[in-house]
Amino acid sequence: MIQQQAQILSYKKLRDDYFLLTIVAPEIAETAKPGQFVNIRPPADRQFILRRPFSIYKVNRRGEWAATIEVVFDIRGGGTAALASLRAHDMIDIVGPIGRPFAIPKNRNSCLLVGGGIGAVPLFYLAEELKGAGKRVDVLWGAQTASKLLNPIDAKRFGAQAVFTTEDGSEGVKGRVTDVMDDLLEKCGTEVIYACGPNGMLEAVTRIGQKHRIPVQVAMEALMGCGYGICMTCVQPVWNKSHDQIVHVRTCVDGPVFNGARIAWDAFASDPGVRVAPAGN
Amino acid sequence: MAKSPDLSIDLAGIRLRSPVVTASGCFASGKEASEFVDLKKIGAVVVKSMTMEPWPGKPTPRMAETPSGMLNAIGLQNYGVEHFLTVDLPWLNRVGVPVIASIAGNTVQEYIYVAEMLRGAPGVVAVEVNISCPNLEDRNNMFAHDAKATSSVIAAVRRALEVPLFAKLSPNVTSLPEIAGAALDNGAQGISLINTVMGMAIDIQTGQPKLAGVVGGLSGPAIRPIAVRSVFDVFRAFPHVPIIGMGGIMNSNDALEFILAGATAVAIGTANFIDPNTTTKVNDGILQYMKEKGVNNLASMRGRVKVEG
Repeated sequence: MIQQQAQILSYKKLRDDYFLLTIVAPEIAETAKPGQFVNIRPPADRQFILRRPFSIYKVNRRGEWAATIEVVFDIRGGGTAALASLRAHDMIDIVGPIGRPFAIPKNRNSCLLVGGGIGAVPLFYLAEELKGAGKRVDVLWGAQTASKLLNPIDAKRFGAQAVFTTEDGSEGVKGRVTDVMDDLLEKCGTEVIYACGPNGMLEAVTRIGQKHRIPVQVAMEALMGCGYGICMTCVQPVWNKSHDQIVHVRTCVDGPVFNGARIAWDAFASDPGVRVAPAGN
Repeated sequence: MAKSPDLSIDLAGIRLRSPVVTASGCFASGKEASEFVDLKKIGAVVVKSMTMEPWPGKPTPRMAETPSGMLNAIGLQNYGVEHFLTVDLPWLNRVGVPVIASIAGNTVQEYIYVAEMLRGAPGVVAVEVNISCPNLEDRNNMFAHDAKATSSVIAAVRRALEVPLFAKLSPNVTSLPEIAGAALDNGAQGISLINTVMGMAIDIQTGQPKLAGVVGGLSGPAIRPIAVRSVFDVFRAFPHVPIIGMGGIMNSNDALEFILAGATAVAIGTANFIDPNTTTKVNDGILQYMKEKGVNNLASMRGRVKVEG
């Protein structure tokens, strides 16, 4: 994990709702693994002082200039709006790579990637690594509407099967990812599931994986204060090893990738005090 | 070449190489931050408050960003004093940085337990008593909001420990000098201020508070003027008492305000979250200022704000 001043190489608007920044960050790119994130300080602004965490979308270690990383985000408030105003040659303060990456088990070869909306971001870099390791990759992206499906063209390119669901039926199957998962797991002979998206989706995907006895790795989102393990803002309710006590575990350095079976999903619903973190800003 | 100005300070009889320390709860025990920060350059690490037993902390969301600040209700999640003594402290001692242990509890007995556990702990040069905790024996009123409760905690901890004690005060009171006086009368050698300012934020779409803990503590530059005023008030009332000043310090200019208001040392809190290297940058900035102003000794600047009358 390092902190550096990095230059924006390019800015691009993807479809309707997503923005892509390519950042020249050789040291971060060198060690970044799929599932890890970077923590970016919004350009100097008196109102928004905290950094914003972003999953790493892609890494290019052999760029034209120097190694780069890419992040994708949507605008949720003033902080991300400020980031969307960045252009080529602007400098940003960035910390990374942070967190526990996705694990790539040697003996499991058929991988299903499940992404909900912008949650698909870290699965692009993961897909590349999995393909490089000779694994089968299948893709299942879900979103409210077609414009919120992240880069379906690339997803079709690397997915042996690529299935899309939208709640309004504007693209692919009308419904949710969980409506088509049972069939897809059978068809693809899935041996490991990787998921990232809203908590409700991650919980449902974990339960389906458990039903089929397939391990599920979930990358979780959280509001963060520091992003390097000191402030205790971003904790998730996690079962201890003996599964008899729920402990608060940091998303930033102990996650963001967790074993789905270890997350105490009921804690989000049953404890009136526990709520899914609201969208950040 | 001119002699470099002396940044070292005397804090209640402890010699620290720098006036810059960390604010409790904003640096954990230093291990995570040591990836970015040379801990040898800072005065002391004030560790996260520790309690008798591990505390699980509050549910999420625990934080809401507000203009120029952040509101938090973490609930002092920590592994307890035993974990501190067996894991964190040995690590800090290997690094060789002075440690100020922050202690917390919900009853006077809990404070006493932690204080007794810390007796004689190597490298712990002082103890900061975090009295901004709900007092279970007094309808959950914060100890720091009542002179009597403050007196009883400080007196009890004083009996258990020999190292200098700093009482960490809450700004959410009518008279800070009154609470500070109660702490000093009962054996505190110094005062740390300020803890967070109580606040609340509401999501108007859901109608729910933004924090699961409903209300929380505001920190960051939004509270800095409140903190500077608090230090000024307490320094005026007790000019010979060492003060660790904090509240929204983002850079050395901010830190110098606290010193001119009357702080002996300054603590960096929320700024560590944003820039993990803030402590050393503040240290270097103060040094630079002293060189420019021809000041050789930091203590000579303390409380020198020019106020008529």
